Amino acid sequence: MSTSTADPRQNSAGPPRRPIRLSWSDERLRGIVWQLLVVGVVLAIAWWLWSNTVHNLEVRRIATGFGFLDREAGLPIGEALIPYEPTDTYFRALLVGVLNTLKVAVVGVVLATILGTLVGIARLSHNWLLSKIAGFYVELIRDLPLLLQLLFWYTILQSLPGPRQALNPVDGVFLSNRGLLLPFIEWMPAHNWALLALVAGFIGTLMTARALRARQYADGQPRKIWPAAVTLMAGLPLLVWAALGAPFTPDVPALRGFNFQGGLIMTPEYFALLLGLVTYTAGFIAEIVRAGILAVNQGQWEAAQALGLRRGDILKRIVLPQALRVIVPPMTSQYLNLTKNSSLAVAVGYQDIVSIANTTLNQTGQAIEGIAIIMLVYLTISLSISLFMNWYNARIALVER
Amino acid sequence: MKALRLALTGAIAGAAMLAGPAMAQAPGSPTLDAIRARGTLVCGVNTGLAGFAQPDSQGVWRGFDVDYCRAVAVALWNDASKVRYVPTTAQNRFTALQSGEVDMLARNTTWTLSRDTSLGFDFPAISFFDGQGFMVKASAGVRTARDLNGATICVQPGTTTEQNLTDWARSNRIRFTPVVIERVEEAVGAYVAGRCDAYTTDVSGLAATRSAQPRPAEHQILPDVISKEPLAPAVRHGDQRFADLVKWIHFGLVGAEELGITAANVQQAAQSDARPDVQRMLGRSGELGQMLGVDNAWMVNIIRTLGNYGEIFERNLAPIGLQRGPNALWTNGGLQYAPPLR
Repeated sequence: MSTSTADPRQNSAGPPRRPIRLSWSDERLRGIVWQLLVVGVVLAIAWWLWSNTVHNLEVRRIATGFGFLDREAGLPIGEALIPYEPTDTYFRALLVGVLNTLKVAVVGVVLATILGTLVGIARLSHNWLLSKIAGFYVELIRDLPLLLQLLFWYTILQSLPGPRQALNPVDGVFLSNRGLLLPFIEWMPAHNWALLALVAGFIGTLMTARALRARQYADGQPRKIWPAAVTLMAGLPLLVWAALGAPFTPDVPALRGFNFQGGLIMTPEYFALLLGLVTYTAGFIAEIVRAGILAVNQGQWEAAQALGLRRGDILKRIVLPQALRVIVPPMTSQYLNLTKNSSLAVAVGYQDIVSIANTTLNQTGQAIEGIAIIMLVYLTISLSISLFMNWYNARIALVER
Repeated sequence: MKALRLALTGAIAGAAMLAGPAMAQAPGSPTLDAIRARGTLVCGVNTGLAGFAQPDSQGVWRGFDVDYCRAVAVALWNDASKVRYVPTTAQNRFTALQSGEVDMLARNTTWTLSRDTSLGFDFPAISFFDGQGFMVKASAGVRTARDLNGATICVQPGTTTEQNLTDWARSNRIRFTPVVIERVEEAVGAYVAGRCDAYTTDVSGLAATRSAQPRPAEHQILPDVISKEPLAPAVRHGDQRFADLVKWIHFGLVGAEELGITAANVQQAAQSDARPDVQRMLGRSGELGQMLGVDNAWMVNIIRTLGNYGEIFERNLAPIGLQRGPNALWTNGGLQYAPPLR
């Protein structure tokens, strides 16, 4: 900013520099001494903590180090995104834990955002019943401890009938206290390629949309995006799938022995945790969204109405884009909260990183290492969320021309 | 709760960092010195397991493990009430002992090689021979543990139980789905609600859980025992004198049962029993108590207050339906055997 200014007064290098005098009355010398002293004390405390820990661990013959990560874990894990057997290493077990945490955090953030936004808008609705229901929801959910809510959902899910009396609303769909089972297909490599084609199609659609918009800016004619979207996101994956032999074997869950075999399963543990985290965080997000919408000047509504836009269009095209600038920073905090709250998983038996790391540190006795791993994982996830949200925030920031 | 526990574990890890190097090995017994200076024994017990450690309706801790804490207090001060009980979970018990938050653990803890070495503990003596089993609903039609193929099994994390379960499943080619819940209450609750087909833990724990159910007959403990679980009190490694005291209190209790000395007749025996080993144990001759650093009347006080091993067992564990089994005296075909007190 100062480079663009032509004011000569800004170009001077500040007051003339004096040499530092070795006297207590010199303000700069005092500043340096105090800073050195504070840094020294902090370093001394850190060194003392470290050396004392190492000393105490040695005295108590407690082994240290991360060598245990290569050892066989032997701990059972109920649900894993990657293949896992108890014969695998602690490292893989912890990786399963990290993925399980991400599985609940990512899905939770998306669902909480959707639900929270809907409730926030509903609370501002002119419909008396809708706004009262939304207000009641927010007040109820925000005021109860999350752990209590998780146990509540888990108990509710446990009171579903057993596998032999499972609810069977549609063929192949079963709901019991063992979870929700859905029919699926037997997964083959061809499906992976089709999935890849879908991602490619999605990116292609985004690029097409951008090109179409550029042309609209040029000649003012709106163009339809959906033909390109359907072709790229539905046609392309189908084509890839068909080209690879169109493998399709339905995998329908069936009761065999104690449990259902086959199909896709959503366990009560995961569902209770997800439900608890989503409904709880959505209560906070709703208030953030409401605050963001109310922060947009009433004149914007009136101006849009004067142009003849409908209420829904005003919200979508005028108000929400401006509200986002107010909404995004506190939203980041809620995403971080949801991620960290997922560590309550162990209360309802969902094996996230905390659960598995705790078991690991208990079996190996490496408490300090175990806690360090947990901290590292949460720090990484949280910083990633923060970085992404800060980038997004900068992108939607008001650009003044 | 989890966050709290995590914070606690973190705090204990922090305490391990802060604890001064004062507890380094010194001649004598730093643990005993600290206990004497404090005037109470700090004993880590279970958060609540019927028969082993549980507060009664007056809030007084009772149970088999609790009696071991009380026995140490009686040996030191002839006062069973000088114990402060710290409830510990399966997960935070070891850090509690390592950091010095408790003086000893009397908390159905299995003695294993890795706990003995890399955790920095000593296990003075096996107070209870246990093994892991399964509990199922009586209506499930399961006869043996091998029928559990494909079942969902509730288990608590951070215990040897978890590893035994996977080892057993591997060697018997059994597939199962684990549901891992930290607190006993919730794990048992999930089993009772039918989320799991079976609940697994030590047989003693199963018996305690079963007896606490509204209708115990609806639950059945399978005959299979899939592991060895020698439960033992634990102390910090490096304080041999304190470990000796705990060790010989256990052997004294077993020896007293062998000699037929009970809470009812111990006073009488101390006066008039002429058998030399009774005289030595009860402090009439020799100085066994002083060798351990306590009063020579230590065993008289302990037995008068708590009874011998058999009496402690009958009082605490018989009501929850446990048989002596391997915990019978060696003279009755069991495993409880005390080296001579001389």
